[in-house]
Amino acid sequence: MKKVKKTARLMEKTMNLIFLACGMLTILFVILITIFLVISGIPAIKEIGLADFLFGTTWASTAAQPSYGILPFILTSVYGTFGAILIGVPIGLLCAIFLAKMSPRGVAGIVRNVVDLLAGIPSVVYGLVGMILIVPCVREVFHLPDGANLFSAILVLAVMILPSVISVSETAIKAVPKEYEEASLALGATKTETVFKVVVPAAKSGIITAIVLGIGRAIGEAMAVMMVSGNVANMPRLFGSVRFLTTAVASEMSYSSGLQRQALFSIALVLFLFIMAINLVLNLIVKRGGESD
Amino acid sequence: MKKIITFAVALTLFAGAVAGCGADNSSGEADGGSQKAENSQTVSTDGSTSMEKVIGFLSEAYMEEHGDIKVTYNPTGSSSGISAVSEGRCDIGLASRDLKEEEQADLTGTVVAIDGIGVIVNPENPVADLSVEQVGKIYTGEITNWKEVGGSDAPIVCIGREAASGTRDGFEEVTGTKDNCKYSQELTSTGDVVQTVSGNPNAIGYASVASLNDSVKAVSIEGIAPTTETIQGGEYKIQRNFVLVTKKDAALSKAAQDFFDFATSEEADELITEAGAVPVVR
Repeated sequence: MKKVKKTARLMEKTMNLIFLACGMLTILFVILITIFLVISGIPAIKEIGLADFLFGTTWASTAAQPSYGILPFILTSVYGTFGAILIGVPIGLLCAIFLAKMSPRGVAGIVRNVVDLLAGIPSVVYGLVGMILIVPCVREVFHLPDGANLFSAILVLAVMILPSVISVSETAIKAVPKEYEEASLALGATKTETVFKVVVPAAKSGIITAIVLGIGRAIGEAMAVMMVSGNVANMPRLFGSVRFLTTAVASEMSYSSGLQRQALFSIALVLFLFIMAINLVLNLIVKRGGESD
Repeated sequence: MKKIITFAVALTLFAGAVAGCGADNSSGEADGGSQKAENSQTVSTDGSTSMEKVIGFLSEAYMEEHGDIKVTYNPTGSSSGISAVSEGRCDIGLASRDLKEEEQADLTGTVVAIDGIGVIVNPENPVADLSVEQVGKIYTGEITNWKEVGGSDAPIVCIGREAASGTRDGFEEVTGTKDNCKYSQELTSTGDVVQTVSGNPNAIGYASVASLNDSVKAVSIEGIAPTTETIQGGEYKIQRNFVLVTKKDAALSKAAQDFFDFATSEEADELITEAGAVPVVR
């Protein structure tokens, strides 16, 4: 009897260690990636100069006199993400409200499945569809010589962030206590008034989380935007060909060498810092949301 | 106390795991090395994506004849291929440009075929002939409307390749537009360029003649259409060499040397033509 107990305890301890090791492994990966990015990203920044690197407006990495300014990429990524949020969040939020509050039984299930499917589509497929459908459409509709521009990228990104915005805000809206809604309806407010004045404000922190997740998704996307944005390192214009931080790394990495390659690592470092900042904001929101509940 | 012990044990375990990984790694490398020695029947090529068709045709025909030898191809780009061969990561490097002077120090380039770079427009575009100078001016933004070169009144959309592409390098060098091109799109593959030009009536692009199809129209340059004879004879202006790159100080393996000889022999001419490139005149 005693022996069995002993084995069980040993087993328990071993498993604990294995769990611990796996947990450590994840941390190790993050630390390794961070160290790698910092070590490989710093030299180029040092050589180019931080200000020239971050605020330089010309990127000509293979020119006879190369210049490595990534301001066009930073601004493009920021504008592109902002545009995608501007279009994607209202659609996603209203869709989430529809799913949580308005939809007839059965329809919600179908829509939810479709949204899940949307989340599962590989980004290269988004890019392909964008390249073959959206780019010519944008060209025709706005009478442009060429449709591969920031606007097309924003459209593609807006669709790509929908799933995360919808599912997270739906959960948040569903978590609002039924009593709030009932009280509002009992006071004579219409369903629409109730949704916008009671439910949405109550679900605020969840919805903000959804938006931040959307930002994270949009800023990190490479493949799809590479296929629709034209990929020229211009300062961003809505209807001009642009290059994002992600695509700057992706499109040159396979060929690059020397300082050019190091500069690409530096771009990756900048992108990494952006994502870190976004995650930090997300953590703060979730933490504060938890406290206020 | 117990916690500390657990933690210490975990750390040791973890360190062991990491060390284990390291050990695995090194043994893996050793395995790879010995494998390479055993399977010297593999000829690895690495480099230019534009040479895919040529090298594909050559290696397929070669492998049919020599069942025991396997020719692999890794499409990474000319510069990657050149660094791969100089670092010994492949047997033969493939470059769609001539070797630079500093690369020639320890590498030898052998021209295996010539590639005409076709200037392509949408089939709807009435323009059928351009001069090298006009092409250059279009790409540097001096000419921005098709009517300036005899077409309809529409803005010109310049489609190009990404900064380090061999095709772009070749094109810009021939047209004298190095680092001066004002692209409206920089795409990462030949297929993308063809696809985009076929979808935009105002677009102009460039791509290996080998990879053109009916969805786009190749314009003639100074009255000379890109054909085998005009490219071989050098009359068609926008062309570049497909180069096999080998190390100067290290001899090729027997299989690799055999494949190299095959690729540069007259036997290969027909295959190179089939692949859409132009064989060299011997």
